[in-house]
Amino acid sequence: MELWYSEKHTKNVKFSLKIHKHLYSGKSDFQRIDVFESAEFGKILTLDGYLMFTEKDEFIYHEMITHVPMAVHPDAKTVLIIGAGDGGVLRMLVQYPGVERIDISEIDAQVVNICREYFPEMTRGFDDKRVNVYYQDGLKFIRKYENEYDIIIVDSTDPFGPGEVLFTKEFYGNCFKALKDDGIIVTQHESPFYKNDAVAMQRAHKRIIEFFDINYVYQAHIPTYPSGHWLFGFSSKKYHPIRDINQTAWETLNLKTKYYNTTLHKGAFCLPTYVKELLENAE
Amino acid sequence: MPEFSQERAPIHEALENFKKMRIVPFDVPGHKRGLSNRELTEFLGKSCLTVDVNSMKPLDNLCHPVGIIKEAQMLAAEAFGAAKAFFMVGGTSSSVLAMILSVCKRGSKIILPRNVHRSVISALILSGANPVYINPQIDPQLGISLGMSIKDVKNTIESNRDAKAVFINNPTYYGICSNLKEITKIAHENNMLVLVDEAHGTHFYFGKNMPISAMKAGADMAAVSMHKSGGSLTQSSILICGDKINSNYLRQIINLTQTTSASYLLLASLDISRRNLALHGEDIFEKVKNMAEYARLEINLIGDYIAYSRELINNDCIFDFDITKLSINTLNLGLAGIEVYSTLRDEYDIQIELGDIGNILAYLSVGDNHKNIERLISALAEIRRRYKKDRRGMLKYEYLSPTVALSPQEAFYAEKESLKLNSGCIGKVCTELVMCYPPGIPILAPGEKITAEIIDYINYAKEKGCSLTGPESMDISRINVCKGE
Repeated sequence: MELWYSEKHTKNVKFSLKIHKHLYSGKSDFQRIDVFESAEFGKILTLDGYLMFTEKDEFIYHEMITHVPMAVHPDAKTVLIIGAGDGGVLRMLVQYPGVERIDISEIDAQVVNICREYFPEMTRGFDDKRVNVYYQDGLKFIRKYENEYDIIIVDSTDPFGPGEVLFTKEFYGNCFKALKDDGIIVTQHESPFYKNDAVAMQRAHKRIIEFFDINYVYQAHIPTYPSGHWLFGFSSKKYHPIRDINQTAWETLNLKTKYYNTTLHKGAFCLPTYVKELLENAE
Repeated sequence: MPEFSQERAPIHEALENFKKMRIVPFDVPGHKRGLSNRELTEFLGKSCLTVDVNSMKPLDNLCHPVGIIKEAQMLAAEAFGAAKAFFMVGGTSSSVLAMILSVCKRGSKIILPRNVHRSVISALILSGANPVYINPQIDPQLGISLGMSIKDVKNTIESNRDAKAVFINNPTYYGICSNLKEITKIAHENNMLVLVDEAHGTHFYFGKNMPISAMKAGADMAAVSMHKSGGSLTQSSILICGDKINSNYLRQIINLTQTTSASYLLLASLDISRRNLALHGEDIFEKVKNMAEYARLEINLIGDYIAYSRELINNDCIFDFDITKLSINTLNLGLAGIEVYSTLRDEYDIQIELGDIGNILAYLSVGDNHKNIERLISALAEIRRRYKKDRRGMLKYEYLSPTVALSPQEAFYAEKESLKLNSGCIGKVCTELVMCYPPGIPILAPGEKITAEIIDYINYAKEKGCSLTGPESMDISRINVCKGE
């Protein structure tokens, strides 16, 4: 007998992982949550059947969404993570001694509970004293804040589920308001490759650039995400993602990484021509 | 299942049976269950086209119901606590029209507030009735028109003892309720019938702790927009009446203007929605109420917006408030309601029900979820942050008291001329309707004098982006007035 987990990346493309064991299946108020033990990628988490991360390649996504803004902002003290119930971004962030406060707005407490149970290594950041977890809709959470955060990291799911509100204009506008005058926002920007993902990426891009003066997109290669080619949005009120990188300061921290380094940081902003065109069309 | 029970939906059941019968269609509609129009079938779905059928014996006939439609209407009557119910397929406008045509003929007087829907004015034009308007009270802060005060109703009845009926808007678009029970009592004491435009109050019959419904208050007829809070398809409506009304005559009146090819999609949607409301209405509207209350609370925290509710109640012209309505005043932002309405749609992909001079209305139903409510609240917060400005120079009131010179019918059919809409029209008698849509409450009705204030209002509404409708002139640059005055 063979057990396979499959996700449809498009109507015509299926991505499958061989599964050893179905470890957990449950339904929260917001979504269905599953944990599997896969043959190749370690344990994996899916929400409503969509793959969120695997133990084997999660470091790429989490390093890239965290270290890029942290290497640019010279003095980030207050950071907000929206989404992030799996603790992956948090584990990266707590390595920075200069960060004084990390707020997390996650809509689904059940995701946090399940991840803490099945992925203790990845979720150990939740025990850090600087961390405050708010189980609340991200859009509602951000509404109250003005000039509060140095960095906001939007670790959203796809724009078709509970994460939909995190791709709206009202969300980006409220983030702009909640950021300080030199604040940076980094967003999970979907993939440029398959048509539906690309359209979602363009819509998100179009909406966020209405608020920020500096807008760039960078990329990473994540084997288990649709097409493997993934984008992140970097928008900021003051700092340029490449010109303003604090290379020495970041290197002095001596953080251990597997994917990110300051050379790659610069290279990640060099995009393929078709992606550049997609972005230009959106603008 | 028992023969007569709210768990039944006779039209729905008959259509399901009909599908199984596999009857060969040599009748209309010509699309033949969709087979001759593949594009349409693909777009609307096969299940929809297979029941888009004509009246026939097993499916009864809306013009003369003796079978399943009769049963479905009886169930609806029971659900609404009415003596009789009529399924209507021309929107609630057709229900309003039937109510008025059934009690008024040429020269009859009818007492009504002026802030009525355009369908009421249409009924006056068609019937030749003479309106006796009661000016609704206006809330000085919000600028919205309210219900009728008991004192005004009494005085008007006193000086118009020959009036046939009192017509009441209940609730208004924004959720304001009049003292329905007391007005009904006074009208009945004076041998007048009570007709209620309950287009925005379907849920009063099914929710818990709602404002009193027309039938409960003893009114004689009510027009209920099932397609608004009731969940049926657009254009379907129900007309209900009490036992004083000759329902067979009412049916004849309805048949004067109603189609003889009533859509079974609309009829089935009324039947299914009635069943749903009868069985689950209490839960459904409890949820809607809670969502509206939450949204109000959060919107009032944003600042400048006033999301109003029961605190307005004054036991007279705001006798009660429908808390499922999310009505919001925008004037303190320096923005007209219509500007917020347009910005929500154009910039935030959020379509709300209406915006006028100083207010907006977001329509909530059980189909809404918290995610979308959060979007609405956050978008409103953003609009305030980005667009708030000085409120000087803003019009405040959505209502202007009319000066009536002729009955609507006389004016509508009078010899007329077309004038450029400017100060040259002042003092002339208008022969057509002018309104912003939504909400569809006339600024000018046929027979009313044009004033400088009205021209300013129309220009202001145009400038702010209201969609003006009614006159022959499509861009409302001209207006028809009575000739030679």
